[in-house]
Amino acid sequence: MTESSANKSANGEVCHRATNGIKPGRNGFVKNHYLYQQQQQKYCCPEEKVHHATCNGGLYSRPFNESFEETPMLVAVLTYMGYGILTIFGYLRDFMREWKIEKCHIAREREEQRDFVPLYQDFENFYTRNLYMRIRDSWNRPICSVPGAKVDLVERVSHDYNWTFDYTGRVVKDVINMGSYNYLGFAENTGVCAEAAAKVTTKYGVGVSSTRQEMGNLDRHEEMEKLVARFLGVESAMAFGMGFATNSMNIPALAGKGCLILSDELNHASLVLGARLSGSTIRVFKHNNMQSLEKLLRDAIVHGQPRTHRPWKKILILVEGIYSMEGSIVRLPEVIALKKKYKAYLYLDEAHSIGALGLNGRGVVDYFGLDPRDVDIMMGTFTKSFGGAGGYIGGKKELIDYLCTHSHSAVYATSMSPPVVEQIITSMKCIMGEDGTTVGRDRIRQLAENTTYFRRELHEMGFIIYGNNDSPVVPMMLYMPAKIGAFGREMLKRNIGVVVVGFPATPIIESRARFCISAAHTKEMLDTALSAISEVGDLLQVKYSRHRILPSLDRPFDETTYEENED
Amino acid sequence: MASGQQWVLVEMVQAFYEAPAYHLILEGILILWIIRLLFSKTYKLQERFDLTEKEKEELIEEWQPEPLVPPVSKDHPTLKYDIVTGPPSHKIIVNGKECFNFASFNFLGLLDNERVKKQALASLKKYGVGTCGPRGFYGTFDVHLELEDRLAKFMRTEEAIIYSYGFATIASAIPAYSKRGDIVFVDEAACFSIQKGLQASRSFLKYFRHNDMEDLERLLKEQELEDQKNPRKARVIRRFIVVEGLYINTGDVCPLPELVQLKYKYKVRIFLEESMSFGVLGEHGRGVTEHFGVNIDDIDLISANMENAVASVGGFCCGRSFVIDHQRLSGQGYCFSASLPPMLAAAAIEALNIMEEDPEIFTILKGKCRHVHKALQGIPGLKVVGESFTPALHLQLEKGSGSRDTDVKTLRSIVEYCLDRQIALTQARYLEKEEKFLPPPTIRVVVTVEQTEEEIDKAVHSIREAALAILN
Repeated sequence: MTESSANKSANGEVCHRATNGIKPGRNGFVKNHYLYQQQQQKYCCPEEKVHHATCNGGLYSRPFNESFEETPMLVAVLTYMGYGILTIFGYLRDFMREWKIEKCHIAREREEQRDFVPLYQDFENFYTRNLYMRIRDSWNRPICSVPGAKVDLVERVSHDYNWTFDYTGRVVKDVINMGSYNYLGFAENTGVCAEAAAKVTTKYGVGVSSTRQEMGNLDRHEEMEKLVARFLGVESAMAFGMGFATNSMNIPALAGKGCLILSDELNHASLVLGARLSGSTIRVFKHNNMQSLEKLLRDAIVHGQPRTHRPWKKILILVEGIYSMEGSIVRLPEVIALKKKYKAYLYLDEAHSIGALGLNGRGVVDYFGLDPRDVDIMMGTFTKSFGGAGGYIGGKKELIDYLCTHSHSAVYATSMSPPVVEQIITSMKCIMGEDGTTVGRDRIRQLAENTTYFRRELHEMGFIIYGNNDSPVVPMMLYMPAKIGAFGREMLKRNIGVVVVGFPATPIIESRARFCISAAHTKEMLDTALSAISEVGDLLQVKYSRHRILPSLDRPFDETTYEENED
Repeated sequence: MASGQQWVLVEMVQAFYEAPAYHLILEGILILWIIRLLFSKTYKLQERFDLTEKEKEELIEEWQPEPLVPPVSKDHPTLKYDIVTGPPSHKIIVNGKECFNFASFNFLGLLDNERVKKQALASLKKYGVGTCGPRGFYGTFDVHLELEDRLAKFMRTEEAIIYSYGFATIASAIPAYSKRGDIVFVDEAACFSIQKGLQASRSFLKYFRHNDMEDLERLLKEQELEDQKNPRKARVIRRFIVVEGLYINTGDVCPLPELVQLKYKYKVRIFLEESMSFGVLGEHGRGVTEHFGVNIDDIDLISANMENAVASVGGFCCGRSFVIDHQRLSGQGYCFSASLPPMLAAAAIEALNIMEEDPEIFTILKGKCRHVHKALQGIPGLKVVGESFTPALHLQLEKGSGSRDTDVKTLRSIVEYCLDRQIALTQARYLEKEEKFLPPPTIRVVVTVEQTEEEIDKAVHSIREAALAILN
């Protein structure tokens, strides 16, 4: 047992995922621990080590440092206890509400419809009623300014424990915004983008009132699509009015019955919905785990479709560029190598990575220095880095021609609003440097610097942060349910707006806070935020990290973890 | 031990001695055979499937996937879109030709309304364009709250919820309530976003013939009998009727009063999609409930988009808080999508202001609809589909050629003919393979308040000419 702590933690991580990802409700820590030991023993044999050292050698032009520190045992136990206590009190209060001892704020069914089949099952809302409601004030905070580096919040108070909110009429000014996906800082109400959008609003109005295939294909749309194709380095591109719908309405056009979709376990809801609507068979591989993906690919091709044993018509791999809750970056060079080896197709969702990664801001393909033509379907959104709304798909001309004629969105959904289109055109030109300035390039550099700085500082303070060192999405672990609300509130007291997330967006014990770094953040802002985070971190005791120097993570794969996933 | 048993044992031993050798040998072999059968596998499952690594490599080498997408023929009718240069308002430039717009669903002419634009610009100046986040994570703007409040007041319901995309509204709302195992009764003519919502819900679907209440009642009765057989199961199966107010595919209106009667008789909830009727029907534009004078509380959920009459982008659902609030955590298109750009919400608020200040606009629209409906009657070869008060009519070929492609081409030439004469029309587009009940090919004729009598007459004249030239 002379292995470095690096491997131990990597192992721990793998088992951890194995139980967490698929069935969040059932992830026993005991089981984790068991697997952990098993793997440690396995690790003594040298072949294993060689294997995982070579598996990603040579493909990466830069160090790929991703860390997911293992949950400390005590913390995990306390977290489960926390949920246990909350559940017991939840039942107690439900009982009291039932007997009218406690006042009940829940909206009720109409008297006339009392004898209908209930619209919700009672347990369906147990979590909302008894857990979410306690800390509801940490979400949906209304803002009344540009969602830039600083925002103004509408102050609200609740006199009935978050069941309803009253607006006081006051405004909380200049809250540092660590929550919006404003990576390149294009959420602005002044400057070239806003001016261009204003001009277009005056000329075109805001609506279109028709679909692309009928009477809603404006010259601005065509121009934007040409620009997007050039930006991505693909033959052709097509834009859609909503990022979520880009996934959920186009995947069904690309895959169908008899096709296999291999999807990362942490893929966004829109990808999952799209895959489901397509009617294909869906298999899930472990998050960013190439061995798991390869095994699924091999098995799929060798065994064909279940029962009929016909070969699959096609295999589509769905991955994201940056995973928004983990802050991890997809291992794209390996995915592409696998995809080529097994002749599968690759659908890359760059919702968070486009603009935010790479020297030229062209997403994860640019970051790894790969050829965009190796990715069959390049998907992304305009909401985040470009400060607009909507999504796009880029790829070969045949693909886009097919989508033009078969995309649900082009046929049935209203096309994009002209000012939004203009915002995208202007910001994209800025990133590409076609506006004749270096503003875009400076912002990309600034974002990278901010990211490195912020991640390093947080790490040195002793927080457990997840994800890749270069990812502007920074999840910081809170674990315990009580700390979710407390962290959000304490940070707001210090005039910093953060996003906190818990189950079901994360595995049940892995509640976290998430910071999104922006190029618009100045060093002073980041320093203010960091000192506040450190202060609150001490107050709430969330500096869980047990090693300051994080190991590089190669996630090994072995049969036991995979089998966990299968059932 | 009882003596009887002992006796049997003795007899057995005796028999063993007396038995002939060949008999004993045979029995011995049989016993051995049974033991062998017990301990050996009858067939080896593993052997049939275990491929060697080399064989696997060969299989992988051999496998050829289908192309990602099938090739699209160069002359596919929808491969090249019509290009609109400049604003898609009343006067529109289509493929370089200046026309009067009879194709966009801009019923109230609010698309290039100066007041709406002014509010949108003011909002742009304050908030910028994008929201950079979903509603939960700093993507809720005060404008969103105001718009929700205004919509609820306008529709006279308890609560409203806005979505950033019209198509996603009903498609997200249905699966928030109806789950696997639940039953949805749905009209055959329901629009595509309803179909997608139903598909996502994975509920059990029962289609009734378009606007045929007897057929619906038959299905409901069938279900009632089914329920009597298994009352325990019936207590947890939710039932919904999903209908459109004004059908986009057929241009007619749902018989809402009858539906409400059926609702209480069979205890089914009603979801109503009002994208075409919101801001069109009723004295104040509140849609089909106002049109029929039905109490809006009798409808469990109303959904509509703000892309037609309101001429902005996005959609909303409204109803009682008990129902609507659920979507704030369960509506996928609400939770997981970036919120509506504030300037579009501001534009929608101003559009609501205009609709509230001047309800006369709805009467004018109805007058125009009647005029167009009447004028379009009696064109040789084309028949008008839709009620006289609907602003989105369909023109269908009286006698189809039997081939959909030919019909589409014929209609396309009518559209082209009219385009050359300054009338912008469009065909209703469908995904032919995806629609559950594919409507026949038609040309849309959209009526807006901005169209003058002259323009309408000109349009009808061009269509008549085109029909005479092309169909005969």
